[in-house]
Amino acid sequence: MENIKIDKLSKKDFQVDQPVKWCAGCGSYSILSAVQNALPEIGVKKEDIVFISGIGCSSRFPYYMETYGFHTLHGRANPIATGTKLANPDLSVWVVTGDGDSMAIGGNHFIHTLRRNIDINILLFNNKIYALTKGQYSPTTPFGGVTKTSPDGTIEHPFKPGELAMGAEGTFFARVVDTEPKRMKDVFIKAAQHKGTSLIEIMENCVIFNNKIHSDITGKEVKDDNQIYLEHGEKMIFGKERNKGLVLDGLKLKVVTIGENGITEDDILTHDAKSPDDTMHYLLTRMTLPEHPVATGIIRSFDVVNYGQLLQEQVDYAKETTKINTVDELLNSGNTFILK
Amino acid sequence: MSNKNDIVKEVENVVIKFAGDSGDGMQMTGSQFSDTSAFLGEDLATFPDYPSEIRAPQGTIAGVSGFQVHVGKNEILTSGDKADVLIAMNPAALKANMKWVKDGATIIIDIDNFDNKHYKKADYVEDPLHDGSLIGFNLIKAPITMLTRATVKYLGLDIKTADKTKNQFASGILFWLFNRDIKFGEKYLKERFKNKPILVEANIKVLRAGYNYAETIEALNTTYQISHTGERKGVFRNITGNIAAAWGLLAASERSGLPLYLGSYPITPASEILQELSKRKHLGVKTFQAEDEIAGICSSIGASFAGNLAITSTSGPGLALKSEAIGLAVMTELPIVIINVQRGGPSTGLPTKLEQADLMQSLYGRNGESPCIVIAASTPANCFEYAFEAAKLALEHMTPVILLSDGYLANGSGLWKIPKVANMPKINPPFAKANDPEFEPYRRDPETLARQWAVPGTPGLRHRIGGLEKEDITGIVSHSPLNHEKMVKLREEKVQRVAKYIPLQKVFGDESGNLLVIGWGGTYGAIYTAVRDLRNEGKNVSFTHFNYIKPLPENTEEILSKFKKIIVCEINMGQFANYLLSQFPHFNYTKYNKIQGLPFMISELKDKFNSILEEK
Repeated sequence: MENIKIDKLSKKDFQVDQPVKWCAGCGSYSILSAVQNALPEIGVKKEDIVFISGIGCSSRFPYYMETYGFHTLHGRANPIATGTKLANPDLSVWVVTGDGDSMAIGGNHFIHTLRRNIDINILLFNNKIYALTKGQYSPTTPFGGVTKTSPDGTIEHPFKPGELAMGAEGTFFARVVDTEPKRMKDVFIKAAQHKGTSLIEIMENCVIFNNKIHSDITGKEVKDDNQIYLEHGEKMIFGKERNKGLVLDGLKLKVVTIGENGITEDDILTHDAKSPDDTMHYLLTRMTLPEHPVATGIIRSFDVVNYGQLLQEQVDYAKETTKINTVDELLNSGNTFILK
Repeated sequence: MSNKNDIVKEVENVVIKFAGDSGDGMQMTGSQFSDTSAFLGEDLATFPDYPSEIRAPQGTIAGVSGFQVHVGKNEILTSGDKADVLIAMNPAALKANMKWVKDGATIIIDIDNFDNKHYKKADYVEDPLHDGSLIGFNLIKAPITMLTRATVKYLGLDIKTADKTKNQFASGILFWLFNRDIKFGEKYLKERFKNKPILVEANIKVLRAGYNYAETIEALNTTYQISHTGERKGVFRNITGNIAAAWGLLAASERSGLPLYLGSYPITPASEILQELSKRKHLGVKTFQAEDEIAGICSSIGASFAGNLAITSTSGPGLALKSEAIGLAVMTELPIVIINVQRGGPSTGLPTKLEQADLMQSLYGRNGESPCIVIAASTPANCFEYAFEAAKLALEHMTPVILLSDGYLANGSGLWKIPKVANMPKINPPFAKANDPEFEPYRRDPETLARQWAVPGTPGLRHRIGGLEKEDITGIVSHSPLNHEKMVKLREEKVQRVAKYIPLQKVFGDESGNLLVIGWGGTYGAIYTAVRDLRNEGKNVSFTHFNYIKPLPENTEEILSKFKKIIVCEINMGQFANYLLSQFPHFNYTKYNKIQGLPFMISELKDKFNSILEEK
């Protein structure tokens, strides 16, 4: 699929003539734009693209895409997308979901979809709040976060979606911020090319109920020091001065400065997103401020056979080797009684 | 065949109950006997009665596993009220089944297991062989264990394997008792153990030993011969409801030209449908064992969106979990078949027992006005035809269909005349045409009111659907009050119009009279047999049995209006009676209900109908 370039498509082909109804300043606008920029470059015909969502602000997404779309049930986009993809493997299936939709009510489906490695792309909009229901805490709200349902601060420990993905044997995990359209587009294209479940966590701002929740990694002054954008095969270097890097210290990642204490660029780890072993990916996913920068980019992209391919192989093999090719033959097979 | 020149009694039908520990092979022995009946041209029905524990402690009442077989020359529609012959491999099996045997029945026991140790396990206070409880029965005390072990000793099998052939000793006795050619029993064993020659040899030797034993002993001086009519012609097979349902779906897949997709989650007593279809990849079937009931149906809805014949299978608790998703299929008007193999409820209830108490859940158990088609199979074999019909109606009318079965139909079996699938009707879903400039997601067929099915991958039909209310025709999200009312009514009307596409309701017996008996679903066999018997006695009673529940057949009201009294018989508290009352409130309905996890007995139905007929 990746070799077919469909030149004719442009961003405009994916825009609808209906009004888009997110709040002014919502991070979803830039994500929508980045998706519409990425799709002309994934080599798939327009009618073969399907967007499937659950419930929540993010899940209105399919209505704003000029593709086939299905706005489904709270938490259930992943199994619905699974059925769509298995029924027609030629489709490029995209799930749009949020931290409430996928981490809470749909948590079970989320981990099992990753475990099976269904060939779909999951765009997880993480604004760390329930926004459509107007401001209750979500499973990714930071501990102690004050919301409408946690007036005294939450007493729940938040999920990191990427950690769940690693725990569920996920094969592709990327993290991007909604303020960086170019990086979003690049990651979306690579996610589309990955033949398995691609999970993209998008750190999204909710201007109404959780404004600036990600500003410590997206703010202009701090983003270079507080974010490390990982690229496969590249050194894990970050910082305004590009002089900070990551090294292993025992079983932990440690931030070091190049040029200090005899550290040179050679000492810095090189990112291997394609490694089957996800131990390093897990460490990178876990990094939090202030001790570490937050990892963004494609953290894990491991190529392995997916569920749909295995299912198709079983079906093909069964068809090749069977002596029963029609239902009539099945009905008359085995123990029958012929009475004359 | 009997060379003792003893009495040979001609009978029309016979009920045999095989009972023992769950590892005793009672189901196999029962199948061997019923298969032989089928070869001889008899009709049959079988029903397993197994504990919900996989291997409950041996020798205890909880561990008793049973298999009932009803065979005969006429139409056999139930596995029989009470047994003419009971095989009890241990005291617990005897104790658990004494209330299910006829007066004067033949009871064959393995005397080697009738000792104090086994009595204690079965909670017998007194020795049942000497407490008078078996007086009046024809008791055959066969040393089955001892003679079986002696028979296979020369093969050098370990005790456990040797004892597994004990059931064939009992089988041998039955073959003699019913004057059956033992070669049918041997044929069954050769097929059953075809890859294990030593087991074929051991089992056949024990079968013959049982047969010879029966021939020799004095206690068996009467044998039975089932009279044959030779009316049955064609190719038949013995089939359970769950397998028949799975195959009906396969037939629908073939006749619609659509791949079959089943998203499901294992649950008793529906799991065999998932298991059977997962073996049918050679027919292009894709099965998906989901992480839960919700994901099962949701994946099927996704497959339906993508243009497959989409199915989910479950039982009552699973249907409860699927209800929100069924609502989504109602709203998005996507075809899907939901098979609900009912069991005793509420909650986990009685997983292995039957009940018809999910009717209201199927009709109304969703938020909002959420109509779907509800149909019910009524025999193990016709699960095939109603599964096919469920798929046809779903695909041609673009709506979810709930097909109701139950634990009795699902695990029970009956003889089935194999149909020709190539001659079954074609199924024609209303697919939208690529690049149709007139296409609108919610434009409807003027006759059926079905919307068109525009499948992703088709050029020029891109559109969005979802759970939010949609504007008529365009399918754009709409919160308009009048549009909502219109759409609610359209969805209901679409389902009601299905009445024009289903057969008229039939009446067994006179078209009018004193008493109309009504049933639905899996109770057909017992009610039909009871009414037939009463009519043969000259009683003024008719019967109508419903397979189509929503919508009801168009002539339902007309039928009901022609009888003085109506009685509705159900394995629940009266759900169908209440449904009929809501549709036709001007009739009086008497309810006859049983909620014991057990099927109706013909005798109790006859008593009830007689008492109503005698009322002034």
